[in-house]
Amino acid sequence: MNGTRSDRLAEVLAAIPYVRFLGMTAELAGDEMTAILPFSPHLVGNTSLPALHGGVLGAFMEMTALTQLSIREPLRRQPRTIDVTIEYLRPGRALTTYARADVRKVGRRIANVQVEAWQETRASPVAALRGHFMLSLEGEEGLG
Amino acid sequence: MSADLEALAELGRRMVDQTPQAGALGLRFVSVAPGVAVIEAPYRDDLVGDPATGVMAGGVVTSLLDHVCGLAIKAAALDFNATATLDLRIDYMRPAEPRRGVIGRAHCYKLTRSIAFVRATAFEDDPDDPIATAQGAFVLSGAPAKAAT
Repeated sequence: MNGTRSDRLAEVLAAIPYVRFLGMTAELAGDEMTAILPFSPHLVGNTSLPALHGGVLGAFMEMTALTQLSIREPLRRQPRTIDVTIEYLRPGRALTTYARADVRKVGRRIANVQVEAWQETRASPVAALRGHFMLSLEGEEGLG
Repeated sequence: MSADLEALAELGRRMVDQTPQAGALGLRFVSVAPGVAVIEAPYRDDLVGDPATGVMAGGVVTSLLDHVCGLAIKAAALDFNATATLDLRIDYMRPAEPRRGVIGRAHCYKLTRSIAFVRATAFEDDPDDPIATAQGAFVLSGAPAKAAT
């Protein structure tokens, strides 16, 4: 995986069946990645509003964190989620959702990442995620 | 009592069958009792998160746990119309087993007038050997059905 960051991004996204299930894509502006989740009826959790399923928003933000980590460092394999805390701020409406991940710290083995998801207005996020992820950097022995 | 349990089971089936995301994931209602709910996410190739291992994506577990928490709250507070998740924390104890489905079990252990507190676990066979545990707070939105009528 020595290609450009955008090659790596395309490779990472294309390799994950669940990314296709969600319908998630991503765009790069330099080293800043924006993940994109177009609205689709199968993502709905509440049909009367309608609103995106809370699990979908959480899953989308977790996948954003994993993807951001995967394109940032040459990893031997996918980062592994240790824990995530998801906060729901507003109902996710039947609109395209965007997310950006802020990698707060990358240690030898563990990364701390914060993600925010929004729809029409970046300043009014619909949900946020904080999480820790286990990394296996290329050339290092696995941790099992 | 058994009529109540049957009504709960019917509610559980509806909550799984009539939610688009639950249907898309192929979630299966397993059981429900007052304050407790169990739902299964069967394994599917198109839900894999890491092709190197064949393990289902963490996102499937997130949706499963969020959904089963919602059902446990319904099973504890039939009076309320709807719940909205405030926060959900998920700790991953170990990787899920490749090419296997996951069961989610939730317990709504405290209910105030407006907030429900729920714990949940995800596992393959043994609840004492969890893949993940979760803790969430949910707001009971909408007036109680009784007050609304």
